[in-house]
Amino acid sequence: MDNLGELLHGFTIAVTVPHLVLMVVGVLLGILVGVLPGLGAPNGVSLLLPLTFGMQPVSAIILLSSMYWGALFGGSVTSILFNIPGEPSSVATTFDGYPMARDGRPTAALATAFGSAAFGALIGVILITFLASWVAQVALAFGPAEYFAVYFLAFASFVGMGGAAPIKTVVALAIGFAIAAIGIDTVSGSVRLTMGVDELVKGVSFVVAVMGLFGIGELLVAVEEEFHARAVSSKIDWREVFRAVGRLPRHGIALLRSAAIGCWMGITPGGPTAASFMSYGIARRFSRRGRYFGTGEVEGIISPETADHAAGTSALLPMLSLGIPGSATAAVMMGGLMIWGLNPGPMLFVDQKDFVWGLIASMYVGNIVAVALVLLTVPVFAALMRIPFVVIAPLIVIICVVGAYSVSNSYLDVVMMLGFGIVGYLFKKLFYPLAPLVLAIVIGDKAEDAFRQSMLMSKGSLGIFFANKLVTCLIMAGIALLLLPLVLQLARLWRKPASPATEPTAQEKVII
Amino acid sequence: MGRTSIFMLSAAAMMLAGTMPALSAWQPQKPIEFIATAGPGGGTDNLARAVQNIITKHKLTEQPIVVVNKGGGSGAEGYVYGKASAGDPYKVIFGTSNAWQQPLVSKVAFNYTDLTPVAAMAQDEFLLWVKQDAPYKTAGDYLKAAASGEFKMGGAQSKDTDEVLTRMIEKAGKVKLTYIPFKSGAETAVQLAGGHLDSHVNNPSESLGQWRGGTQRPLCVFSPKRLPQGAKVTATEGWGDVPTCVEQGLDIKQYEQPRTVWLPGKVTPDQAAFYVDLMKKVQATPEWKDYIEKTSQVDTFLTGAEFDKFIKQDLEHVKQVAGEQGWLVK
Repeated sequence: MDNLGELLHGFTIAVTVPHLVLMVVGVLLGILVGVLPGLGAPNGVSLLLPLTFGMQPVSAIILLSSMYWGALFGGSVTSILFNIPGEPSSVATTFDGYPMARDGRPTAALATAFGSAAFGALIGVILITFLASWVAQVALAFGPAEYFAVYFLAFASFVGMGGAAPIKTVVALAIGFAIAAIGIDTVSGSVRLTMGVDELVKGVSFVVAVMGLFGIGELLVAVEEEFHARAVSSKIDWREVFRAVGRLPRHGIALLRSAAIGCWMGITPGGPTAASFMSYGIARRFSRRGRYFGTGEVEGIISPETADHAAGTSALLPMLSLGIPGSATAAVMMGGLMIWGLNPGPMLFVDQKDFVWGLIASMYVGNIVAVALVLLTVPVFAALMRIPFVVIAPLIVIICVVGAYSVSNSYLDVVMMLGFGIVGYLFKKLFYPLAPLVLAIVIGDKAEDAFRQSMLMSKGSLGIFFANKLVTCLIMAGIALLLLPLVLQLARLWRKPASPATEPTAQEKVII
Repeated sequence: MGRTSIFMLSAAAMMLAGTMPALSAWQPQKPIEFIATAGPGGGTDNLARAVQNIITKHKLTEQPIVVVNKGGGSGAEGYVYGKASAGDPYKVIFGTSNAWQQPLVSKVAFNYTDLTPVAAMAQDEFLLWVKQDAPYKTAGDYLKAAASGEFKMGGAQSKDTDEVLTRMIEKAGKVKLTYIPFKSGAETAVQLAGGHLDSHVNNPSESLGQWRGGTQRPLCVFSPKRLPQGAKVTATEGWGDVPTCVEQGLDIKQYEQPRTVWLPGKVTPDQAAFYVDLMKKVQATPEWKDYIEKTSQVDTFLTGAEFDKFIKQDLEHVKQVAGEQGWLVK
């Protein structure tokens, strides 16, 4: 229990008045950048970075990591209230968070999201505290083949899922892969699918895609369906916040499962986005109320949020111990570490004990500060839902346009965002699922890189995916997840061959 | 108007013109944008932010500076943006040698001639790294073992600096290596630590932490002479203890990656001169020395004809390697 002693020492560093003030400031700034789509945690942290050059490294990292926590929480707010995910990792939260908020329960939706997020983060920090050295070893075992297997698992957990017609899922995935391929290809170095538009060499930004697909797409649907465009009359009720948080333990299994998925994906490092999608997909498969997912289920919020924060937190570990950032924000912080004169890598835990354990202790305290602050703001945010649609709709358009523009100050992005809005609308109208499309845009190119790197290594043999126990297990788990629905259906048919398909119609409606 | 008054006027104008350069050398009148042709956290981004910080701290210009990341397409996004901003002296582009290397090997919509060169500010060195417990102690041993043809060399990006160097090693050492491109040097370093690769050619700062942590070690440095001694990295060794590759029988005398600074095309010489001067002032500060030391780079300053000569030489060299590999785009 060496680590426990170190942790207590860390608390003596983290829990001082100046550091607590830094945490509060960081969290508040973080919530702000998280709520404003297009800004997001990586940009917020890089804006703040130059200010920290004169600070002690511990103080600097406490400020930046607190901002990260705040932004992670803030990112869920717009996902739930306006169907605009501020961060890639909060896309899955929109699937049930937004319907629940539209249903007049924005307070419950926000409080549930924040509560389960805090739980996920806590599990992530505990993991870091006690298993730091072991975890570092696990991540080293991941070569390109293992990475591909993890992404494959994430896709499989989503694709095999009931709901939309399988062929539509495949079409959505294929379009997503094509969009992810735009720009310069890592493996061959050549330019792909830019269609003569020079600017497209940078690829399609995720933020641009989701703001169009979700924000604008949803808006178009709402405008068409006349009084869907109503204001939601939500009472501002503090008790509802506590009630929602109090109800969380009832979903203990979902919480623990999602935290486990999140930690696993954070360490390996599949990242928070893949984690939240996978957690949502698996929850939908295994929850008793799985078929109602997409209509405002509590577990549909708990699963992605818990996994997102568990992964986001444990993603800091590979950054510190190996020097590979598990997320975009971690990459910025790592740049900061170098400028402060610290070298992320295996020796950090030996050379810079005060820094490492001060940071870990600050994760406990920072997350508590963050969840307290963010729960206080719930009624304020929930009140936004009472603003009539005629006022909020133009606001959403402005947010999306500004957000898309600010990604890289490019007019083309605004045009693309509006284009994605139309795609989003068509997908909804034609009952195509958006989730596989987004998943393919976000991790499609990473999966492709990993696959082609593996092929280079094995000189073209698929045997590399069965070369050791780890990668074989991952691939088999992926295949099992893919085949599970098929097997279940066959089994059902076998048992009572006469019963006609009454269920699929009920399922057909529930499309994300 | 009489003849005398015309004479007086032109005389006055000439006097004015004579004093102009000293009085009204170009000064920025609005905020300046620094464009890092890399994502947040990368080496180029760190440089842009360090320079921004130094300028702000020492008030080297009155105008505020904003750093923007345009790292899409291995940096092409930032250069294309620079090309599109022709004539705008408020956009400063921070990049590497890929400003002239990338257009050679892929169909990107810019060339370095679309930009106005300001300076090359720092050189990053390359080293040959192997896993800590690898059996070979020198580059010679490594080449002998690599003759089996089964060696995997990792690097950042495809047909970029790392792969060019890999192909040079193949030629100089008469071996065949399988090159596997990753997104960044940091990622490559971890792959080597995990034993998924046999070697890579990272910059010092990309593998510093890994060397200290005992997961990988450098065999030799691609430089004409050994690096400055500096502080010890591991218990027994520092950068100065790493032999040069030539010493060890791998005949590649020099391979470096400059960090480069550019303005868009069609800016006036005055405007370019302002930024050359600004970067010179940055380089004279103690914070700059600190930055160079912490990131283990070599302090250089090439501008004007010298910078031009450097680009031309490097370009010739890369063209040759790329030509042999069949990478050149038409």
